Amino acid sequence: MLIRRAEAIRTSEITPPELVLRRRELLRGAGFALAGAALAPTLACGAEGEAPPAAPADANPFRTDEEPTAFEDATRYNNFYEFGTDKGDPRRYAGSLRTRPWSVAISGEVAKPGSIDLDDLLRPHTPEERIYRLRCVEAWSMVIPWLGIPLGAILERFEPTSQARFVAFQTLHDPEQMPGQRSRVLDWPYVEGLRIDEAMHPLTILATGMYGRELPNQNGAPLRLVVPWKYGFKSIKSIVEIRLSRSQPATSWNRQAPHEYGFLANVNPDVDHPRWSQKRERRIGELRKRPTLPFNGYAEQVAQLYAGIDLRKHF
Amino acid sequence: MTPTRRARALQALAIGAGTLPLVSLCAAALGDGLGANPVEYVTHVTGGWALRFLLASLAVTPLRRTFGWSWLAPLRRTLGLIAFAYACAHYLIYLGLEHFFDWRLIAEDVLKRRYVWAGFTAFCCLVPLAATSTRAMVRRLGRRWVALHRLVYAAAALAVIHFCWLVKADLREPLLYAALLALLLGARLWFRLAGSRRGRPARDGAQSRLSGIG
Repeated sequence: MLIRRAEAIRTSEITPPELVLRRRELLRGAGFALAGAALAPTLACGAEGEAPPAAPADANPFRTDEEPTAFEDATRYNNFYEFGTDKGDPRRYAGSLRTRPWSVAISGEVAKPGSIDLDDLLRPHTPEERIYRLRCVEAWSMVIPWLGIPLGAILERFEPTSQARFVAFQTLHDPEQMPGQRSRVLDWPYVEGLRIDEAMHPLTILATGMYGRELPNQNGAPLRLVVPWKYGFKSIKSIVEIRLSRSQPATSWNRQAPHEYGFLANVNPDVDHPRWSQKRERRIGELRKRPTLPFNGYAEQVAQLYAGIDLRKHF
Repeated sequence: MTPTRRARALQALAIGAGTLPLVSLCAAALGDGLGANPVEYVTHVTGGWALRFLLASLAVTPLRRTFGWSWLAPLRRTLGLIAFAYACAHYLIYLGLEHFFDWRLIAEDVLKRRYVWAGFTAFCCLVPLAATSTRAMVRRLGRRWVALHRLVYAAAALAVIHFCWLVKADLREPLLYAALLALLLGARLWFRLAGSRRGRPARDGAQSRLSGIG
């Protein structure tokens, strides 16, 4: 069912590589504000002539004006089961992770597959600061200033074929370095996936840092995905493998509990998780809860990716 | 030590142990020990101790009967009431800091989410037990007191189920409590069967129950 839906994505809907490249030049040359403004029409025109949605949540979707979460909180309250299931475990145990040397294998539907050293992978790019909301499926949220590179810009270098419809990601699997993997709470290694249009979306980044410094190990060093309109579990950490595929890849939480976690996992206040209402969230550092926004406040940028899809069914 | 003094010392010890988690929570609150999500942390800590003291209260009778430690008996009520105090704190935090006393949201939560329902029902089971835990009530209710206080088995089972249903993937801790509860309930069943095989009623009758909840 999901696969058929993916086939319905016309090639014309996928952001063409020229555009991605042009955007990169724009970003370099003109700064974020201008780039954001220039991008808005490009993003909106995907939705077959529909009127643009109501007022945007952010003046610049790449940098929310909301107060960033305290660095201390963002680095001591983490879901990273590779280091234990308690939210304090990642900080306690992630010191054993060696983040250099680190290589990433890129395979599947690409013209230039191969394994590449992380530093070589990152060298041609300049990390950009993105201040994004992060919404966990457990109904809490943070605001994180990431440093990262648009995933699309990286994927383009490996020349995805026209058959590439999905992107699958895999976390390092090494119980020596990741002690949480010694217990079988999840089916290791952790895997995640995106549709190709989601992967190519300008909001989607591979992060290498946050708060102006290198990624702390407990936050997914040395390379993690950040997809701000999806629940946090989609943003896979400590990536060692990226595979482009024709069919929808398996994803860890979906495999664990298919009726609780879907493949799309877009932030959606109207679809409750069996254990948590998704209508509201607690921003870390605040006592009162705030309403959760559709697509985590990025509806204007991404809603058109899901035109015609029943998001109650495909949660 | 006279039996009375020993009983008093034991009570004092139990009450001391019962206040320790509260004291450590208060100390943590004064510093920065409640972490990034204090409401979640305090909810988990109070819920965890409610369950642990409830299981401790249920352990009194099997220990007393297995080892003949009759002096343990008064602890059953004390531990049960400590469990109830933590359950009250847990419940009040849920009502006040999770839902800010929004009764519509709370009702929806109880009806829609099975782990909330299990926890809510467990708490409801504990209320009449705490209310009838005084000596006067024990005397007034007589045999009905014994029947009423069997509710504690339901409360403990529901509390364990509540924990099992609320975790995402790591069932190790809730299953540990489930095993402990199975052991404690199994011991009761064993005593009952062993008692009836010898042609006399189970010893776990009204006499030993007079001293408290559990």
